[in-house]
Amino acid sequence: MAKKRLIQAINEALFEEMERDPRVILFGEDVKISLFGDTKGLADRFGDQRVRNTPIAETAMTGMAVGAAAAGYRVVCHMMFANFLYTGFDAIANQAAKLRYMTAGQIRLPIVYMAVMGAGRSAGAQHSDVPYPMLMNLGGIKVAVPSTPADAKGLLKAAIRDDNPVVFLQPARRGGEQGEVPEGEHVVPLGLADVKRPGSDVTVVAIGAMVRHALRAADILQLENISVEVVDPRTLFPLDETTILASVRKTGRLVVVDEARTTCSAASEIAAIAAEHAFAALKGPIRRVTVADVAIPYAPSLEKIVLPDEHSVARAVRESMEAGR
Amino acid sequence: MTALKPAPDLLALYRRMLLIRRMEERLGTVVQSGELPGPVHLYIGQEAVAVGVCAHLTDDDWIASNHRGHGHFLAKGGTPHSMVAEIFGRDTGICRGKGGSMHVADFGRGILGANGIVGGGIGLAAGAALAAQLDGRGRVSVVFFGDGGANQGVVSEVINIAAIWKLPLLLVCENNGFSEFSPTSTVTAGEIAARAQPFGIPGVTVDGNDVLAVWQVTAEAVERARSGQGPTLIEARTYRWRGHVETEKSFLSGKYREDDEIAEWQGRDPIVRLKARLFDDAATRTDVEATDAEIAQVVEHAYSQALADPLPPEAIAFQHMLA
Repeated sequence: MAKKRLIQAINEALFEEMERDPRVILFGEDVKISLFGDTKGLADRFGDQRVRNTPIAETAMTGMAVGAAAAGYRVVCHMMFANFLYTGFDAIANQAAKLRYMTAGQIRLPIVYMAVMGAGRSAGAQHSDVPYPMLMNLGGIKVAVPSTPADAKGLLKAAIRDDNPVVFLQPARRGGEQGEVPEGEHVVPLGLADVKRPGSDVTVVAIGAMVRHALRAADILQLENISVEVVDPRTLFPLDETTILASVRKTGRLVVVDEARTTCSAASEIAAIAAEHAFAALKGPIRRVTVADVAIPYAPSLEKIVLPDEHSVARAVRESMEAGR
Repeated sequence: MTALKPAPDLLALYRRMLLIRRMEERLGTVVQSGELPGPVHLYIGQEAVAVGVCAHLTDDDWIASNHRGHGHFLAKGGTPHSMVAEIFGRDTGICRGKGGSMHVADFGRGILGANGIVGGGIGLAAGAALAAQLDGRGRVSVVFFGDGGANQGVVSEVINIAAIWKLPLLLVCENNGFSEFSPTSTVTAGEIAARAQPFGIPGVTVDGNDVLAVWQVTAEAVERARSGQGPTLIEARTYRWRGHVETEKSFLSGKYREDDEIAEWQGRDPIVRLKARLFDDAATRTDVEATDAEIAQVVEHAYSQALADPLPPEAIAFQHMLA
């Protein structure tokens, strides 16, 4: 184990998987110079054939990933910012998500669309989204949302080895975050949640960058004698319902923290699952801490107030404790 | 890698074109009877394009097709029965009834599939061309799209990438005169083949109703692709005899073309033209007659078998989303 930044952990996963399997290829805009550092050095090691800079052409890129995967490669398609998935969305939603189904399982599509997601950098509305709610609804796309360097490495390795299209979304403001990362073979299976902090009074399910807010809120609430269990789904599709429901049944209270807009957010789905399957265990109403149905504003003063933080999470937990039985 | 054939096997081209024609005609009849569950877009009149191109390909090469994809499927070696059974929603269909007419695909034969999204196959074919280039075994990838698809932005994106990377890709635009219900000239600026020129790749126009001409330009483009020289854009000028979709008369309020235009193009029937050539030669005249009979039998067998085939088990409606 060594302390590494999240972006280094991702870089390490890419190096290891490209080393491990010569059929792993990677392309995207400026991946050689690497804006974020996550693809740095790959072209030098693996050559210009396997690592390619593409033109700025997301529609072609996402479609080419499908074609190259159908023709036998494991494709990592770097989309830079998650909003650019929208630009290339036809091939993701209409081709990648459906081709296996429409052809009755004739093919496997090992693709990873990777991108940086989320707000908090004054990057403006078109560079700050978390597009996973609509991806979750497609059914044919797995969605990985790591919150720590170790999970980032393990989930990305699992995603590259998976025979399905996976969208891997790395939290934007967490690239420099340090954490212990296991050396070498460290694979986090897709579809497995992680209890980031055990507790007994309230379950807080937090996604991606929101995990840190949840953990800080838990620290604050501990001083108020409220014991918070923080659950990180790590994968949103498929979702580890078992771990989430077990926690909810234990605590009887649920707060979901999600950087997505409220309507049809991942939080909405998680809340619905808890209401449907653990209603008897609930001692009070489920709370969602999300972004209002607005785009992300530019000004730091405005951006700050639309995003969840430890205070809004703590507030929701207190409300949850006060309401109900 | 297969060596370039010195000359086309005319009878083989004829057989394949006729197969497509008869299969599609039969489908048109079935539509009239109301027995088909979904929409079909027939390829009648354009057979020379699919057949002239696919004559150069093997199962190791890739094609991506479009909503008017039956001809490409059959030309690339997809079996008639597996296609019809698919269109009838049978378990024996190539996609077990889960894809339908617009999604016939046979990956084992290098058929990446028809596609319900206009232009949707273009990126897929380019990706397969990338795979072919990485494999280094001389495979090529071909995408068939229409004049409608030519106006999708992905075309220029893909031509650009394919040109930079010298991908073994053929972009085959079948200009059949109509972008759904809009005459091409009303929605398309300039010449489609000329869109290759700014990217520095060859763009050629060919008579899409002349299978030998299509065969010839494809021979050059395939050779270019296989030898690492990059992509070619081929615009095959042809004509869509049938509607955009077979059921269109039930919802269209007016005409979008004149009957004499259709008649004029029917006078340039690619199959009749090839048949005349085969008939001129005493050596092939009897073969033509035998082929006609053989195809009639193949079509009859495909349809009767498909209709007798079982429906898919209900459980598969919930399978195959994820591997």
